[in-house]
This record gives sequence, C-alpha cells and structure tokens, in this order.
Amino acid sequence: MNAEPRGLVGEAVRARGLTRRFDAAAPVLDSVDLEIAPGEFVALLGRSGSGKTTLLRLLAGLDTADAGTLDVPAARAVVFQEARLLPWRRVWQNVALGLPSSRPGAARPRAEAALREVNLRHRIDAWPLTLSGGEAQRVGLARALVRQPRLLLLDEPLGALDALTRLQMQRLIVELWTRHRCAALLVTHDVDEALLLADRVLLLDQGRITREWTIPLPRPRRAADPLLVRLKASLLAGLGVEDQIPPPARSTTSTLQEAT
Amino acid sequence: MSVTIGFAPTATRRRLRLPRPSLRRFASSLVLLALWQGASMTGLLSPHLLAAPSAILATAGKLLADGTLEHNLLVSLARVLVGMTIAILVAVPLALLAGLSRLGEDLLDAPLQMLRTLPHLALVPLFILWFGIGELPKIVLVALGAGFPLYLNLFAGIRGVDPKLVEMARVHGLSRLGVIRAVILPAALPQLLVGLRYAFGLGWLSLVVGEQIAASSGIGFMMMDAREFLRTDIIVVGLLVYALLGTATDQMVRLLEHRLLAWRPSLLGAGR
Repeated sequence: MNAEPRGLVGEAVRARGLTRRFDAAAPVLDSVDLEIAPGEFVALLGRSGSGKTTLLRLLAGLDTADAGTLDVPAARAVVFQEARLLPWRRVWQNVALGLPSSRPGAARPRAEAALREVNLRHRIDAWPLTLSGGEAQRVGLARALVRQPRLLLLDEPLGALDALTRLQMQRLIVELWTRHRCAALLVTHDVDEALLLADRVLLLDQGRITREWTIPLPRPRRAADPLLVRLKASLLAGLGVEDQIPPPARSTTSTLQEAT
Repeated sequence: MSVTIGFAPTATRRRLRLPRPSLRRFASSLVLLALWQGASMTGLLSPHLLAAPSAILATAGKLLADGTLEHNLLVSLARVLVGMTIAILVAVPLALLAGLSRLGEDLLDAPLQMLRTLPHLALVPLFILWFGIGELPKIVLVALGAGFPLYLNLFAGIRGVDPKLVEMARVHGLSRLGVIRAVILPAALPQLLVGLRYAFGLGWLSLVVGEQIAASSGIGFMMMDAREFLRTDIIVVGLLVYALLGTATDQMVRLLEHRLLAWRPSLLGAGR
C-alpha cells in the first residue's frame, strides 16, 4: 500500500481495490476503484456511514488502506467540514500554514493573494474567532488553494453553513475551481450541491461505489435545469429517497385533485 | 385593569443622588471599617485581640520608615520568586515530556500523581531535618507547592488539544516538531496560565507556612515575632502585605494572559 505518488500519467487519482476495515466487522471500504482525471470535479455521494469520509481520508494521506493501491499527486489540499483554523494565528498566518516553509517574507503576499481570491482581503489580519462561519470556511479554502494543489479534497465543506451562505460558497467553489482547474473530490450528502458542482457523481454504498452519473453541463448551472431535475430524481432514488411526494389517497369528494 | 406607566423627565427624577456605582462598591467596606474603628476606640475590641485600623496604619508607616517591612517583604518575595522559578524549570519540562510522549507519560505521570496526593505542607518537619532552617526548606516548599498545579495544568492542556487541529496541521505537511510548535503548545498555553495562577497561590500559601515555622526573616517571621509581644497591629500588617503580594502576582499573570491570549474572544471584546 503506497499513498505517495508514483509518476501519474493520465489520471490525477488512481485507486485500485482500496479496502479499509476498522475491526473484524464488514469493511468500511470494500475494494473501491476510483479514477479522477486531471481537472475533473467528482462528487462522492452517500448516506452517512457509507465510507465516503474514509475514502477521502485515504486520499488525503490521513489514513492508510488495508489493501489495494492508490496513486495520488503530492500536491494535495483538504478543506474540512469545520474550518479548522488555528485560533492563535491571524487569518493570513492560517492561510500561510498551507505553504511549504520557504522564505518567510514570501508567505504574506501569497496568503494575501489567496485571500483576495476568496474575497477576504479585508480580513487578512483578523483573529479567526472573529470570523463568521462562511468567512472561516473561505479562509480554509484559501489555505487549500495557496498550496496550488493538483488534487483538492473537500470533506462536506459546506455542511455546517446556513442555506444562503452555502449557495454563495457553491458559486465561489465553482469559480475557483474553474480558475485553478485542479482535480477535485467533493464528499457530500447534499444532492443539489453535487449536481451544481460536479462533472461526475459517484454513489458510495456500504463501502462500494455502486452507481455513477455524468453531468455534461457547463457551469454555472441552474438547479432548475431540466436535466438536473431529472438527474436529481435519479440520484435520490439511488440514495433510497423518493423525490416525489406520494400521490394523495383518492378521496371521494375531491374535485381539485382532478386538476393535477 | 390597565396600568399606566409614566416616565418622568430626568430632571424631576433626580431626587436622591446615589454615589457612582464604582464608589458604591466600597461603601459597605467603609462602614465595616468605621465600625471596627469605633469598637476599638470605645474599648469594645481589645488591641490584644485585634488592633484598630488607625493603629495598623500607623504601624505600617513605622515599619516602612525603619525599613523592617521592606526588608522582610523583599526576603519573602525573593523566596517565592526563586521557588516559582524552580517550579517552572522543573514542572514545565516534565509536563512537556509526559504530555508529548507516551513513554514520558508512563514513566513520569504515575509517580507524580502519587506524590501529588501528599499534602506538601505536611513535609515541613522532614524538610527541616533535611535542609535545616535556612532558606532552602522554604524555597523547596514553595517550589513543591507551585510545581504540581503547573505540571497538572500543562499536561492536561497538551492532552486536551483538539485532534482535528493536529490532523489539519499534518495534512498541511507540518513535521512533528512543527505541529508541536504551531498547534500543541499554543493550544495548551491558556491552561498553563491557569496553572501559573494556581501555582502562585499555592506558592504564597507554602511560604506563609514555611516562614511561620522556622525563619529568622520574612513577613511570616515578622508576624510570628509580633505574636510574642501581642502586637496584633504588626500581624495584621503582615496579613495585608501577603494579600497585596498575592494580588500583585495574580495581576501579573492576568497581564501575561492579556498579552499572550489576545486571540481569545473574551479578550477581543464583543467579537467584531
């Protein structure tokens, strides 16, 4: 099992037969094959406990597989669900944490550039605990991008945000990804988010990738796009959730229902 | 039933002028002080039991004028500072070793936890046998009293670090030393400063005990010496000096907290 890059040609990520078990019980990941092309945005969808975070942690190098092979680029970055900023370092120093410790003078300008990209230039010297949830997550995004990753790993990065902030962040992620064109893996349980962001959606179920959808739509996308609406129903069905409200039981006196 | 609430204009409402809240806080203390003074002056309170506030003030002035107070105060302060320095120099490295490595924890934590259960003030008789009645037993007593809260708090602070932050730092390629420097030590600092405040408290307490049992100088000695002559005024001056010194070191640590923990929201005011 080797988590270090082995001269990748073609794909940004290539995993074969990736297996991870935490105890004698059923493996959390059961022989997963995964390929991500350079610059491709893949969303990994699944119910909680399906193993999606485990897979991301393997790709991030935070965990090692029990079996299988994995090739990932060395230049990786992770955005976690919680921003995970160091509260005792100012915003720009948190961003600079992502940089290899080169010349100390170069860190601040690069952090500043990354913060400008996420529209947080004005918070450069702020303490993290004074940021709002959305701002903190944008700092986390800047900290990831400043590393110029070839693979960006997003672990439910918008899960803790309110609906409005989440929409703005989705737009920002699309914008940044379009500019940087790194391969990205987004772990989420939000079907809409997967549809708006990803080129390809994978469904992870009980440790195996069971289904795959391709979304051949340009970005930015509208959630109301007929193709997305159809895909959403299919994705939800894949997750075992029916999108349609069950038709109301026929009542004898209903006249209005005829209109539907 | 209807209730009408009227708001009188400020001008007419200002009937009784209470002192400012900052002054009001001292009012009850001043009354108590006046009662104490009154009881002393009328002979209700014997000076052998407790001297009058005015007498205490006068004695403090006299002790300052002839240098007795300064001398003893400096002696006591030196004992605490030397003892605290030793405590920091010993307890901090031990806590770092035990906190940062499993091996260190296994080797150090168990014996230290056992020692901690000893009431260290009860060691005074042993210390006198071991170290005599010079400076050494007092300094060791202070160091021992102050060392444990430092060790325990720093150890707990290190072990209480959010593992998610450690993980984040690892993902960003920080070495083990880098993680310790960037994450673990800053995260443990608030707890260490709490420990430092406890340490100063226990350090002073240890000194009080040490100085009253076998000493020929220091505030505690001054007080015990005064007892021989029923000089309650000097005893109270000693008490006040202890209180002032304790407050001063506490303020010092608070100042340190303000400087070092500027990132904490409680010190940032109301957020942004």
